[in-house]
Amino acid sequence: MKRDLLAWCVRVFTGARLSSDPDGKDTTRVYYANHSSHLDFVVIWAALPSRLRERVRPVAAADYWSRGAVRRWLAQRVFRAVLIPRERIKPSDDPIGKMAAVLEQGNDLIFFPEGARSPDGHVGDFHSGLHALALKHPHSALIPVYLENLNRILPKGEFMLVPVMGNATFGPPCEGPRDGESRRDFLRRARSALLELSSHPPETCGTPPHL
Amino acid sequence: MKIDPELIALVAGVIALLVLSSVITCILIRRAGGAPSPALLNLRSRVRAWWGMVAVFGVMVALGRNALFGMYLLLSFLALREYITLSPTPRADHRTLSWVFFVILPLHYLFAWAPWYGMFTIFIPVYAFVFIPVRSAMAGDVDRFLERTARIQWGVLTCIYFLSHLPMLLYLPIPGYADQNAKLLFFVVLVTQMSDVFQYVFGKLAGRRKIAPNVSPGKTWEGLIGGGLSAVALGTALWWTTPFAPFPAAMMSLVLVIAGFLGGLVMSAVKRSVGVKDWGKGIPGHGGILDRLDSLLFAAPVFFHLTGFYFGTNMAAASRPPQWLESVFRLGM
Repeated sequence: MKRDLLAWCVRVFTGARLSSDPDGKDTTRVYYANHSSHLDFVVIWAALPSRLRERVRPVAAADYWSRGAVRRWLAQRVFRAVLIPRERIKPSDDPIGKMAAVLEQGNDLIFFPEGARSPDGHVGDFHSGLHALALKHPHSALIPVYLENLNRILPKGEFMLVPVMGNATFGPPCEGPRDGESRRDFLRRARSALLELSSHPPETCGTPPHL
Repeated sequence: MKIDPELIALVAGVIALLVLSSVITCILIRRAGGAPSPALLNLRSRVRAWWGMVAVFGVMVALGRNALFGMYLLLSFLALREYITLSPTPRADHRTLSWVFFVILPLHYLFAWAPWYGMFTIFIPVYAFVFIPVRSAMAGDVDRFLERTARIQWGVLTCIYFLSHLPMLLYLPIPGYADQNAKLLFFVVLVTQMSDVFQYVFGKLAGRRKIAPNVSPGKTWEGLIGGGLSAVALGTALWWTTPFAPFPAAMMSLVLVIAGFLGGLVMSAVKRSVGVKDWGKGIPGHGGILDRLDSLLFAAPVFFHLTGFYFGTNMAAASRPPQWLESVFRLGM
């Protein structure tokens, strides 16, 4: 109830809508998206129908989201984030194992394979995390979500919002790593599955918007 | 509260018109059998959306001045948001835009609602238009600076300044028409919007010669003349709700038709220049909110000032702010 209300507010303010329905199959999902704003996971979370919203957990940076009481409360109580350390990772931390365990429990994940927010909306190369996760938990559907304009609502390093309309486009699931496919090829394929959802013409997509 | 019987008659007339269009749409779809054309389905969603828009507008008019100013504040916000969403603005304009949405827009509507007529007329053309380029220059990015500034100023001018002249009609002092200005607002919105509807209908039925195929392929001379004359006839027939005699009412309707057409044409050119067909998806069948408001953008300020001129209206009394607002702005000096 409280979450539905918050999700409704986010949808009204960011104009975020589900542009296409996420695939109806009842496997667990990993929503992977381009990353340019703190709003990104909130928007995906808000755009989902409430049945799916109840089981989704964003993967977020531990150093940022465990600082301060408000952020901690948001991360733990509201969004139930899976917090992953970004610096000084010890083998015992096993971030991929942690995420796979969440999928194992029947929850879905929101994952940003670029690792960090892009300053200008350009979709960078994917880090290896998505590949490792797909190998570790091959039964989850990998659903690309292309986020538009969120870097204009709240870009990196800004605290004031500009209420332009954002958009979250959910694509058909991307097939996991194929036999004999190299890590680089898989990551490149996953990235182009994401970029295909952009409404910009393919030749400009993934590059910063020009005036 | 006593509601003006003439206003009730206007609302009843509009509802009758809606019922008629719903019936006609229904018959057309029934006659098309199993496979109505996309144009018919679009017509149906347009008529449905009209019901919603009329309901909202009617309730706001009944609720009075504060509700109407609140509604136009929200409409300006939504229209500007559609405009900025489609106009690529770089990172350097981010803070400027925050100021526009969260400071300039509410302040302008505060001055309008107060009313502080003097400030209402100059706040955006002077203060806001000085502020916008200054804030963008402070961000330090000189790439296409003039174009970026013009882009933001155009949005502020049309979506905030021009549009806000509609609720400002409520304050226009007209001899022998005190407390009846809501009807004048209703008249402007009705004639301008019906002009669009009539032009659409005539264009669909008899449209041949395109006026500006590159800018707005839907606009034809047949649509403009047939639709425009119908709207003028409607406006003239409604002269009794306005402070005008029949002939001036016809002339003012003509002004609304022409300004409305030109507003639609110019906003269409802006749309094409950023490469889209509709401003958004806010209103099913119509496109975005700006697609519905575009004809009112030019019509509102032109009608407002011509009406003031016609009645020799003296706004000097309202060119100073009300006491409470003046004391806020003087900071006790």
